[in-house]
Amino acid sequence: MTKLTPVLSAFWDQKDSFTIEGYKRNGGYKAVEKALKMAPDDVIKLVKDSGLRGRGGAGFPTGMKWGFIPQGDNKEHYFVVNADESEPGTCKDTPLLLANPHVLVEGIIIGSFAIRANYAFIYIRGEVAHVIRRVQQAIEDAYKAGFLGKNILGSGFDLELVLHVGAGAYICGEETALLDSLEGFRGQPRLRPPFPAIAGLYARPTVVNNVESVASVPSIINNGVEWFASMGTEKSKGFTLYSLSGHVKNPGQFEAPLGITLRELIDMAGGMRTGHKLKFWTPGGSSTPLFTDAHLDTPLDYEGVAAAGSMLGTKALQIFDETVCVVRAVLRWTEFYKHESCGKCTPCREGTWWLVQILKDLESGKGEAADLDKLLDLCDNIAGRSFCALADGAASPIISSLKYFRDEYLEHLKQGGCPFDPAKSTIFDLEGITR
Amino acid sequence: MPLTNDDALIESIIKRYPRSRSAIMPLLHLAQARDGFVTPESIEVIAEKLGLETAEVSAVATFYTQYKRQPVGEYHVGVCTNTLCAVLGGDAIFEALKEHLEVENDEVTNDGKVSVEHIECNAACDFAPVVMVNWEFYDNQTVQSAKDLVDACRAGNPPAPTRGPNKLPTWKENSEVLAGINDGRAGEGVQAGEPTLLGLKLAKEGGR
Repeated sequence: MTKLTPVLSAFWDQKDSFTIEGYKRNGGYKAVEKALKMAPDDVIKLVKDSGLRGRGGAGFPTGMKWGFIPQGDNKEHYFVVNADESEPGTCKDTPLLLANPHVLVEGIIIGSFAIRANYAFIYIRGEVAHVIRRVQQAIEDAYKAGFLGKNILGSGFDLELVLHVGAGAYICGEETALLDSLEGFRGQPRLRPPFPAIAGLYARPTVVNNVESVASVPSIINNGVEWFASMGTEKSKGFTLYSLSGHVKNPGQFEAPLGITLRELIDMAGGMRTGHKLKFWTPGGSSTPLFTDAHLDTPLDYEGVAAAGSMLGTKALQIFDETVCVVRAVLRWTEFYKHESCGKCTPCREGTWWLVQILKDLESGKGEAADLDKLLDLCDNIAGRSFCALADGAASPIISSLKYFRDEYLEHLKQGGCPFDPAKSTIFDLEGITR
Repeated sequence: MPLTNDDALIESIIKRYPRSRSAIMPLLHLAQARDGFVTPESIEVIAEKLGLETAEVSAVATFYTQYKRQPVGEYHVGVCTNTLCAVLGGDAIFEALKEHLEVENDEVTNDGKVSVEHIECNAACDFAPVVMVNWEFYDNQTVQSAKDLVDACRAGNPPAPTRGPNKLPTWKENSEVLAGINDGRAGEGVQAGEPTLLGLKLAKEGGR
C-alpha cells in the first residue's frame, strides 16, 4: 500500500495557510535564505540531481531546463510560471495557489536566482478571481518582507515579479503561445527551434515552468536531493498532486509518491459511487489517451503510463462509470478542442471542425460505419502536423476510445441514436447531491 | 466613460512590464471594469497609450473569450459544460438556466442583471458540477441550487461564493481584480474546500 506524502499540501488545513505569516510559521522562506547563499549553478545542479520533472504535463527535467539558459550572454533572462491551468480535468495548481501562493513565490525567487533572471512573471488564467487576489496579495506581501525587489535579503540579487492575468484561452497554456500572449499578442504557438531557453519572452532566454514544479523546489532545497529521491520510482522521483474527479464517492486532491496506482487512489476516494463500476478514465487530462478498468494497476509515473499507451500528463484522473456514453464524452472534448484551436495551423483549425461534425452524427445515430475509419484517418492528418500539441491532444480521446469502445460507436448506428440516458450519469436528483 | 479618467492607473499598469505592449491584456480587463465590455472607444484609448494601431488592439481583444464585445449582466454566470462537469450535471444545469432565465447562450436577461455562458473546464473538477459567477467559484451545483443562485443574483442579494470573498463582487468590480488591482479582499473566504484537503486528512488519520 502506497503511503500519501503531503508536502505541498502539508498545512493547507490551517485557516491562514495562504498568508505570509501562515507560510513562515510552517517553515516558509527558509529555502530562499539557503539558496541565495549558494552559487546559482549549484542551485541548478541540486534541482537537476533531485530528478524533479515538469508537473505541467510533459515531464521534462526541471533542472535541465534551467541549465539550458546561456550564461554570461549579456542578455536579460526571464523566469515565467505557467499558471494557466486549463487542461480538462486538471485542478491542482488552482487549489494550491488558493491555499498557499507563497510557496510559488519562494520557488520563483530561487529559480530566477539560479538562471540569473531579474524579472519574473506568473501567467495565471483569468477565470479564477479569488486565486488571482491571493497571488496578488502574496506578491505584495513578499515585496514588503524584502523577498522581492532590490538586494533580496542582502544578497545583491534583484527580482521584480509581476502577475499577468489571461483572458480565457486554453492555448495559452502552451508555453510559446503563453509567451506571445504575455508580449501582448494573440496567443498562438511559435515554431521551435528556437526554444524559449534561447529566444523566449521578448526573444530573450526564458524558462517556462508549471506552478507545481516551481512550488516543489523550496522543499528540495530544504530537505535535499536524497529526501526527494526517496519518494517515487526510478525515473520519476518525488511526490506529486493527483486530482481525482468524477464518479468516485469522494473526489479530491491526493499528494502521493509518483507510481501510485488508480486502484489505490480510488480506494482512498471511498470507491466508485454506490452501485456503479469504472468504465473509462483519463490519466492526465483529456489530451492523454483514455484508459479502462484494465489499467487500474498501472503505476502512475511517467514511464508506467507511457508504457501502457498513454501519458501521465497533469495527473488529472477523471473517472467515468458505466452510465457514461463514451461517444458523448469524446464529442464534448472534441468540441472543446475545436473551440480552443487558435487557428494558426490548418490541420488543427479545419480538422477539429470535421471531427466534431462526424462525432455529432455518430452520437445522434446518423453516422455510418465508414465514419469510424474516417475519424481515424482525420486524426492521422491532424496529430503531429501542427506547431503545438493541441492537435495531438484532440486526436487522443478519439483514437483511444475507438480502440477500447468501437462496439459502443457501432451500437449508436444500430439503434439509430445514443443508447444511454444522460440523467443516469448526473450526481444529483431533486433532493440534492447524491453519490 | 471608457478609461478617460484613468491616466495614472494606465501608466502604472504599463510600467509593470519591460515592454509596453505587454500591458494590452490588463488594460482590456480595465476597460471592462469601466464599461462592462470592450468598447470601440476603449480600444482607441489603449492603442493611443501603447502607440499601436487600433487594429492591433482589436486583434488581441477578439482572440480571448473573456473580453466581451457587448454588455454582459451585472452577474455573468458561467456553467461548465466540458465533459466531466457536463456528464455529472452541467448539461442539465445549463439547459435549465437558459429556460429559467429565457435567454440563449451569451445573452443577458431583460433587466440587465444576469447573463449566461457555457464555459470550458475551470480547474475545479473535484467540485463538479461547477458554476462560476463573475469568475468566482460556486461548487457542487445542482439544477435547483443554480436556479436559486441566479434568482438571488437578479434580486440583488447573491450568496457568497463557495471559495471566494465574503460578498460576490459585480462583473465590473472583478474585472478590476483581473487588471491586477488589489481590492483588499484576498484574506476573505476559506483557504481550501473539503475535496482539496481529502488526501491530507487521510494522511493525518494514519494508515495512508
